[in-house]
Amino acid sequence: MTAAPASRRIGAQGAFELRAVLRNGEQVMVTVLLPLMLLGGLARATFLTFDTAGATRIDLVTPGVLAFALMSSAFTSPAITTAFDRRNGVLRLMATTPLGPTGLLAGKLVGVLAVQLAQVVVIGGAGLVLGWRPDAAGVVAAVVAWILGTTAWGAAALLAAGRVRAEAVIALANIVLVLLAFGGVVLPASVLPAGLAHLVGWLPSGALGEALRAALIHGTWAVRPLVVLAVWAAGLGAAAARWFRWS
Amino acid sequence: MPLSPAVEVNGLVKRYGANVAVDGLDLVAAAGQVTAVLGPNGAGKTSTVEICEGLRHRDGGQVRVLGLDPVRDAAVLRPQVGVMLQDGGLPNTQRAADVLQHVSRMYADPADTAELSERLGLRSFARTTVRRLSGGERQRLALAVALVGRPRLVFLDEPSAGLDPQARRAVWDLVGELSQDGVSVVLTTHFMAEAEALADQVVIVDHGRAIASGTVAELVASGGTTTLRVEAAQPVDAAALAAALGGRFTVDPAGRTACTVSGPVDPQLVAVLTRWLADAGVQLIRLELGRRTLEDVFLDLTGRSLR
Repeated sequence: MTAAPASRRIGAQGAFELRAVLRNGEQVMVTVLLPLMLLGGLARATFLTFDTAGATRIDLVTPGVLAFALMSSAFTSPAITTAFDRRNGVLRLMATTPLGPTGLLAGKLVGVLAVQLAQVVVIGGAGLVLGWRPDAAGVVAAVVAWILGTTAWGAAALLAAGRVRAEAVIALANIVLVLLAFGGVVLPASVLPAGLAHLVGWLPSGALGEALRAALIHGTWAVRPLVVLAVWAAGLGAAAARWFRWS
Repeated sequence: MPLSPAVEVNGLVKRYGANVAVDGLDLVAAAGQVTAVLGPNGAGKTSTVEICEGLRHRDGGQVRVLGLDPVRDAAVLRPQVGVMLQDGGLPNTQRAADVLQHVSRMYADPADTAELSERLGLRSFARTTVRRLSGGERQRLALAVALVGRPRLVFLDEPSAGLDPQARRAVWDLVGELSQDGVSVVLTTHFMAEAEALADQVVIVDHGRAIASGTVAELVASGGTTTLRVEAAQPVDAAALAAALGGRFTVDPAGRTACTVSGPVDPQLVAVLTRWLADAGVQLIRLELGRRTLEDVFLDLTGRSLR
């Protein structure tokens, strides 16, 4: 008859979401194993050549792979699970418990951030082992890009989950991730044809990649990508608030 | 001290586009009682209950749940109200026991999940994921989830849909125990037997309105007429019998040797009837008092045509 304190409710929901991801082989594949394979492949596969603009290969690749990993955990995985939760009435049921709709969203965010912490530790750790030396001066800028990127992609996940049929969300979320992975996320847009390179800089994917690379390679604040990310975060956040459906 | 109602709905209106799902519905669910909202599919039962649960916004009318507004006071109500949705609302990929444990963490002082699992027979499938549960197992888990916060009021939307007779019996027993513990229960159903077995009060809903309400006994008696079927060994003169019984009764012949008497059947009628038969030298073969069932009331009110 009495609710548990809000922090405990949201923490419990976050832990529940985290366990759901860790128990699901497909989700572990997309959020951790695939980025690790990309990291190892791009760092060591010398038959692939690309312009590193003076940086070491691993220094260039690790921030990009981190950006890709953060997108997979902020977008792909919550889009799919939330779409199924919506179809199965889980969102409505949890909304009637003391957790409530706001607590449910907060709990999902905690779950995403927990997955991302694990990603940063595992992928960052693997990068360090492979010789990655990030610029410590850029840590704050990198965290800002991380938060803005997670907000933008998390809102996009809710938008997809709230409007599109669950089965279609699986396809959509995976296709978007794979298409965008090579659009200025994992590798700089400069490896793409000029017209395309220009375009991807304005996408929340390319902007996240650029912002992380600027921060972790050069220790600088990349203003334009960060502004682009902030605009996407605000726009997608407003759209999700407007169009998300609980049932 | 008379308790204020658990749920009070006045003139509730809910529209989905041009479709009016709830059209001025009134409903009172007394505290500590089981109230069944009975109606055909599409009558507006689920919309009404979901508005009371705070899941949908109303387009008109007043709703009070435990004396509070289900939307404005949602944060106060959620810990006190347990909900079992019609579509379950259980996460497919999780194990049954984990789901129950998880929901229990939302409460400061939840029911003992082991005890609740024992009572609802969840132990045998505690480690099974929701996806692999049978319909009955899912329904029992959903009920446990509704009860784990030790609510004052529970909403059960079609609680025995898809259950086999044993599981249905188990759910009914539990609902009975809840009301003994002073928990108010509002359930929707289109099973007559469920309303008859469980409900202190029945509200019959059709086309988005409450068209009758009362106890099962009141509803069954409310038609006023009950019937007495008479079968005899010799011909029965229906007109003469009607004259002997007086104007409160009508007598419809059914063949030469049988008839049906309709009216306020009481012991006096039976005595007068058998005396008249004896005086007429007619041997009674069969005398059947037809009590109206809730189903008769329901069909009379909602119409016999299929929709």
